[in-house]
Amino acid sequence: MNELDFDSPRFTIKKPAVRYDKQGDAPDAERAQRAIDAFMRDMTRSAATYMESCIHCGHCAEACHFYVTSGDPQFTPIWKLEPFKQAYKREAGPFAWIFKKLNLKKPVDAAELRQWQELLYDSCTMCGRCTLACPMGIDIAGLVAQARHGMFAAGLVPHELWAVGERAAREGSPLGATPKVLKERIEWLADEHEVEIALDRPQADVLVTLSSIEIMKYPDSLVALARILNRLGASWTLRSDGYEATNFGLFSGNLDWQREMSLRVIRAAIACGAKTLVLPECGHAYGAMRWQGANLYGKPLPFEVMHISEFLAAAAREGRLKLRPMQGSVTFHDPCQVSRRGGATSAPREILNSLKADLREMPLAGDANWCCGGGGGVVTLHRADEHRHRAFEIKMKQVEAAGAERLATSCSNCRLTFDDGQAHYKWGRRMESLLELVAEHLAPG
Amino acid sequence: MQLLEFARGPALAFSVAVFVLGLAWRLYGIFARPRRADYSLARRTDTAAGGVRAIFRKMAPPAGVKIRGAQMLNAYAYHIGLALVAFGFAPHIGFIARHLGFGWRPLPDAVTYVATAVAIIGLTVALVVRLTDGVLRLLSNFDDYFSWFVTMAPLVTGMALIERPYFPPPAVAPALPTTPALLAIHLLSLELLLVWLPFGKLAHAALVFVSRWRTGADFTRKGAAV
Repeated sequence: MNELDFDSPRFTIKKPAVRYDKQGDAPDAERAQRAIDAFMRDMTRSAATYMESCIHCGHCAEACHFYVTSGDPQFTPIWKLEPFKQAYKREAGPFAWIFKKLNLKKPVDAAELRQWQELLYDSCTMCGRCTLACPMGIDIAGLVAQARHGMFAAGLVPHELWAVGERAAREGSPLGATPKVLKERIEWLADEHEVEIALDRPQADVLVTLSSIEIMKYPDSLVALARILNRLGASWTLRSDGYEATNFGLFSGNLDWQREMSLRVIRAAIACGAKTLVLPECGHAYGAMRWQGANLYGKPLPFEVMHISEFLAAAAREGRLKLRPMQGSVTFHDPCQVSRRGGATSAPREILNSLKADLREMPLAGDANWCCGGGGGVVTLHRADEHRHRAFEIKMKQVEAAGAERLATSCSNCRLTFDDGQAHYKWGRRMESLLELVAEHLAPG
Repeated sequence: MQLLEFARGPALAFSVAVFVLGLAWRLYGIFARPRRADYSLARRTDTAAGGVRAIFRKMAPPAGVKIRGAQMLNAYAYHIGLALVAFGFAPHIGFIARHLGFGWRPLPDAVTYVATAVAIIGLTVALVVRLTDGVLRLLSNFDDYFSWFVTMAPLVTGMALIERPYFPPPAVAPALPTTPALLAIHLLSLELLLVWLPFGKLAHAALVFVSRWRTGADFTRKGAAV
C-alpha cells in the first residue's frame, strides 16, 4: 500500500502542520522522565488539591476562546493537562501505589508529551478564564504554567518561544533590546521628543521597567512614561542593568531563566534604593513580578511593586496627576494577568474616570473579559496563528458590541495581538495604550 | 451466614472502614504536600473568609462566564435529589440512628420518592450527555462511568425495595421488606459506593470544600477574581 502523498499540490488535502519542536537530543524515555520530575517538583498542596479535584464536567471548555471558536474538544482547558494528571496519579497521588502496581494509569511517554505541546503552548494563553468557570475552583492556568516547567525540562518547547527565552536570558531582552540598544533608543527619543528620560540614576524613589515590545515596537510609550513621571515630579529612573520586565522564562517554562530575569530587575531596584518598582504595560510581567517576584527572591521585596495603571490610578486618586478631559468614547480591554488574575481590574477604570472618558464597557468586561488570544507567549508562535486569529474573532465582536470610538489597553502584548489581528482581518480599529492616552491628556502644567 | 446478615455485618464494617480510611488517606496525601511561603505583598488579608466565600460562591453559576447551563441545572437536580433521599427518607434516618445513635425528622415519603425519581432521571440524563457530548466523552474514563454506576445502583435497588405502589406516593414509608435479599442487595450497593468513593471522582463530596477554599484563599490574597 502506498503512503499518502501530502506533498503534491491538491485542493482537498491540507498537509498537517508540524505541531511540535524539540531541543537537545535526549532519548525519549529520558525526556518523559525529566518532564514528570520537573512537574512533580512543584507539586505543592495547592497543585495536589487541584490534581485530585477534577470532576470531568467540561464547563471549562466554554470559558476557553480556543475551544469556543473551534469546537475542538482537545482544547478543553483541563484536557491540556491530561498527561500530567496521568503522571500525578501514577507517580505521586495518594493512591499512586495502587495505580502503578496495577498499571491503572499508563506511564507518560515522550510521544504523548510531543502531542500535548500544541495544547500547552499554542492553544493556551494561561488567561485563567477557565478557573472562573470551574465549579471546583481548579486553577487550570496555574497548572498549565507548572506543566510548562515539565515540557521545558523535557526539551519539548516550541522553538520560537525557546529561542526568544534563551536570547532574553543571554542578552537581557527577548527582542534584541540590549542595554546598548536601550541607551540609543533613549537618546533618540529624548532628542526627537524633547523629553528628559532618566537612565541609570544612582538613586531614585521609582524604578521604571519596560517591555521589549514597547522599546522596539511602541517607543512612544517610553516617551509617554517619561512625560508623565516628569510632570509628577517623581524621583525616577530606568536602569540599564534591570529594565526588561517581560519574562520569557515564565512563558517557556524555565524557572531558572524566570528567576534570573526577575532578579535582574530586583537587584536594579535595590541598587538605586527604589521605594516603588513600576511595571510596564505588560500583563505577564505583572504576574511574574508582582505575585512571583518575591518568591523567586526568597523573601519579601524591599519595595512596592505596581503596574503602571495602578501607579497612575494612585497618582490620580491623590490629586497629583492632573488630566484634561478626553473627547469621544473609549472601551478598555482588560489584560488577563493584570485584571482577572492580578486583582487590578479597577485601576484602569479609575484612570479613565479621571480622564472623564465616555467609557463604554465591552460585554463581559472586567474580570470575565475574553483574552486577546496572544498571551502566554502564543503571539510569539507563528504556527499558532490559526488558533490565535480564530480566537481574536471573539475579541472583535466584543469591541464592536461596545460601540466606542477608541480602544485602549494596558498591555503591549495585547496591543501587539490586536495589531496583528487588525492586519489579518483588515479590521478598521486600532488598539491604543492607556499610558499614551494619559500622556496625551496631561493638563497644562 | 445469610446475605442480609453479611451486608449488615462484615460488609458494612469493611465498607465504612475503607470509606473513612480511604478518604482520610486521600486528604492526607494532599495536606502532607509542602505549602510554599508566599512572600508577595498581599493585596487583601481576609484570605480565610475568601476561602469560605468561594465555597458558597461557586455553588452558583459564575458571573460573566457562559457555562453549560442545562448540564448544570441537571447537576443541581440530581445532587439535591440524592441528598434528600439519602438523608431525608425515614428508613435511612432509622439506619443512621441505629448505628450512630442520633437521627432527625424525616421528610414525607412522597417528597423522597419524587427526589429519587429526580435523581434517577438526572443521572440518566447525565450519562447520556457524557456519552454524546464531544468534550465530556474525551474527558471521561473508567472513573466517570463506574462512579455513575455506583451512584445509580443504590437508587435503583432502593426503589426495588418499595413493595407497595408508590405512584401516587404513599403517605408512610413501607415497613421492613418481606424480601431480605433485596434489602441485602440495596445495602451492598451502598457499601460498594462507600468503598469506591475515596478512590474516584466521587471524593469531590469532600474535595469540593478543599479545592474551592484553596482557590478562594489564594485568589483573595491577590484580589483576583474567583
